[in-house]
Amino acid sequence: MSETSPPLNSETLAVLLARHRHNPTRLMQILREAQEALGWLSPQTLSVIAKGVDLPLARITGVAGFYSFFHTEPRGRYRVLWSDNITDRMLGNQDLMQAMCKSLWLEPGHLSEDGLVSVTTTSCTGMCDQGPAILVNYRAITRMTAQRVAEVCELIRNEVPLDDWPKDFFVVDNNIRRRDILLRNDMTPGDALRASIARGAEAIKEEASNARSWREGAHGAAAGPALTLDEIKRSNLRGRGGAGFTTGLKWEACRNAQGSGPDPARYVVCNADEGEPGTFKDRVLLTEQADLVFEGMTVAGYVVGARKGMLYLRGEYRYLLDALESVLARRRADGLLGNNILQQAGFQFDIEIHLGMGAYVCGEESALLESLEGKRGVPRNRPPFPVTHGYLNQPTTVNNVETLAAAALIAKNGGDWFRTVGTERSAGTKVMSVSGDCERPGIYEYPFGVSIAEVLADCGAKDVQAVQVSGPSGVCVAPNEFKRRIGFEDLATAGAFMVFDESRDMFEVARNFSHFFAHESCGFCTPCRVGTTLLKNCMDKIHAGHGTEYDIKEIMTINQLLQTASHCGLGHTACNPTFDTLKKFRPAYERRLKSLAFEPAFDLDNALAQARQMTGRDDAGAHLATSE
Amino acid sequence: MSEKKTFTLDGDDVAFEPGQTIIQAALAAGKYIPHLCYHPEFKPHGSCKLCTVKINGRPAASCTTAAQPGLSVESEIPEIQDQRRTMVQMLLVEGNHFCPSCEKSGNCMLQGLAYDLGIMSPHFPQIFPTRPLDASHADVFLDFDRCILCELCVRASTEVDHKGVFALSGRGINKHLIVNAESGKLADTDFALTDKAAQVCPVGVILKKRVGFAVPIGKRRFDATPMSVVIAEESKTKETV
Ligand SMILES: Cc1cc2nc3c(=O)[nH]c(=O)nc-3n(C[C@H](O)[C@H](O)[C@H](O)COP(=O)(O)O)c2cc1C
Ligand code: SF4
Ligand code: SF4
Ligand code: FES
Repeated sequence: MSETSPPLNSETLAVLLARHRHNPTRLMQILREAQEALGWLSPQTLSVIAKGVDLPLARITGVAGFYSFFHTEPRGRYRVLWSDNITDRMLGNQDLMQAMCKSLWLEPGHLSEDGLVSVTTTSCTGMCDQGPAILVNYRAITRMTAQRVAEVCELIRNEVPLDDWPKDFFVVDNNIRRRDILLRNDMTPGDALRASIARGAEAIKEEASNARSWREGAHGAAAGPALTLDEIKRSNLRGRGGAGFTTGLKWEACRNAQGSGPDPARYVVCNADEGEPGTFKDRVLLTEQADLVFEGMTVAGYVVGARKGMLYLRGEYRYLLDALESVLARRRADGLLGNNILQQAGFQFDIEIHLGMGAYVCGEESALLESLEGKRGVPRNRPPFPVTHGYLNQPTTVNNVETLAAAALIAKNGGDWFRTVGTERSAGTKVMSVSGDCERPGIYEYPFGVSIAEVLADCGAKDVQAVQVSGPSGVCVAPNEFKRRIGFEDLATAGAFMVFDESRDMFEVARNFSHFFAHESCGFCTPCRVGTTLLKNCMDKIHAGHGTEYDIKEIMTINQLLQTASHCGLGHTACNPTFDTLKKFRPAYERRLKSLAFEPAFDLDNALAQARQMTGRDDAGAHLATSE
Repeated sequence: MSEKKTFTLDGDDVAFEPGQTIIQAALAAGKYIPHLCYHPEFKPHGSCKLCTVKINGRPAASCTTAAQPGLSVESEIPEIQDQRRTMVQMLLVEGNHFCPSCEKSGNCMLQGLAYDLGIMSPHFPQIFPTRPLDASHADVFLDFDRCILCELCVRASTEVDHKGVFALSGRGINKHLIVNAESGKLADTDFALTDKAAQVCPVGVILKKRVGFAVPIGKRRFDATPMSVVIAEESKTKETV
């Protein structure tokens, strides 16, 4: 089967479309499955799908064109993506990728001439504690070495099917270094639900013994969700996905909002997009504590009155899909999902898993909802907020994986219990993803209030120059701030903790992040769409030795604009790493700057690079002097 | 006969109807706030961000923010005007704009805005994207070089023409307009010159063939009078949705 012209397998597509009931909200899954079956999404394939879901072809093409993991051009039977987070770079991914390209005789980003393989980079794949990492046909392989590169190249050249590759290539470790209430959990599945239902039953008994309205025992049953909501509110649980919104208030707003239209409903969405570079704690929670996460979703459904939950799993974690599906199947068999859950008449809830396809912005909750509806992942205008107008315009609560896991524990043990852990204003624990320069990268669960210095000591980090807390969109913390504490009152974090020792160049860290944001901007709004690319170009110009004070001023202008005028959090924070490092590590920039007031970005010598490549020359005569 | 509700725009009272956003109320009152993706006949989009103002001290897009009684809205203040200049410059370097040879010159909202804001140069390094022209259609050609991605043609073709001729593809700086045909050519769509989508482009992408320079440069809509004044006058009487 030639890769360049896949057969238009209309039968495959017909079966696939029927299975998804020709439902346009299933478009992402339809496209993914079509691509898995046919290799890539040709215009003809897209046409069939467009007709199948009764939407214009251009709309379908636009959706496919939005996500990095959909291919509207042939990309080879083997598609290798190198995770390009700064932590992968620090572990040498660039040299390894070059070696791979050389061995396979191809240019990064281009399909090999025989249509067999392509190799390029992708945003952080969430394997920072075991990098450098790659995806081969979207399956994760960790700990790349020169040896492993050679082996992979050999397997590709021999066209060995991925299923026959050595199993140990695909091992992903959890690397749990510190457990607390979440990761220590050994609750019997269903206990949080039983406790929630028992609260209602308790209320019935009380009502009966008070002999007030024992005939109206239904009051008590209806009280179960309200009483569980009270516990969530009492717990002071705040969102773990970054924004830190109080979960009880979110659930209450969703519960109080009424659905509308022909299919009024409420929805629970678990945000497992985990795209923030340096973050991998949701991957581990979903591996170790899938039951707890699903139980949290079910508790949320019970409280807000939803019958359907959706887990939005980032495409990079596709390898978790089968295991997660089997947990769901078991829970259905055990009466923890489906109709009449735990024999409670009318308690109905089930969970679907949707896979993302490589778009960081889809972690933003309204973009995520668009994506769930089968559209381009563009953040919505707000208000209205998802709690009133979310999935299919119905009241929806979107919560992070860790938030839902914590909610399940609270449903079981109560809000007061939860508040005994952590600090006054930050109840509970935080699961942190530690990577970078340290002896023991991995997962660390701490009660809130832990200091940066303590985490650094525990993970065995030495001569630390900086820590990037909460990923590129978070803050860069310098040694004089290592006393600062993790928590909503000081350093709020979505979980990433990337360590840089003194040998690292903080300018290069910021430059890597500027590339990330430019690549991941959804392109909806002017400031972020153009600004992130201008920032990236500015950083590349400084990197190439052509930067001046003028460029620093430009960065400040772009930063100011993005912070104030961007449409969503991605744009608001896209300049943070550059701004922070400029403030705290200015020498890393200054030693690169020319003393001139201005230098054009155009580089005469660089312009000749293509000619050099074509002629195979790289001698002195083929270069123009560009130094001062 | 209750009293009309008002907010202030740069110190002046502006009355509004319930349901109006700030820009809708302002334009209805004959007060101009810069905008590109907003069009009175369409639901506000909120993407270009040129209409960003300060509302009670906080920046927000005025086309998507509901008017509320007592709000204090600041628009023509140096800080906001500076940001608008930066955004227009960003749009100028993002595409390929050669005003002197453009049929839309003098009728173009991007150019009009640049003049209004006193922009003398694009300032940033040009990005020089490759965006091939589509001249396949009998009556219209598409010069994508000038597209500012406001989605007005997309919205018009979907909501008014019910054809879905236009859509967006790509992401970030690679976002681009596409048309509804396997070939990717406008000729292979059901687009017609009479479509609403043929009339809404604020810049010079969707252009009628064979009418080049019928009105000479210098005599066009925004040539003699600044765009801000023209639009404020025109919108005063118009109803908004
Ligand atoms: C660009 C961007 C990316 C985001 N990515 C994630 C993510 O991967 N996971 C997540 O839980 N929240 C993410 N968020 C935050 C979500 O918008 C939302 O606040 C969160 O899912 C709410 O859940 P919580 O209240 O449980 O924290 C992101 C926000 C932005 C602006
Ligand atoms: S800020 Fe960036 S990611 Fe967010 S809407 Fe604007 S372009 Fe898209
Ligand atoms: S072609 Fe014109 S109307 Fe359509 S998106 Fe581009 S600039 Fe807007
Ligand atoms: S006019 Fe308001 S964002 Fe474009």
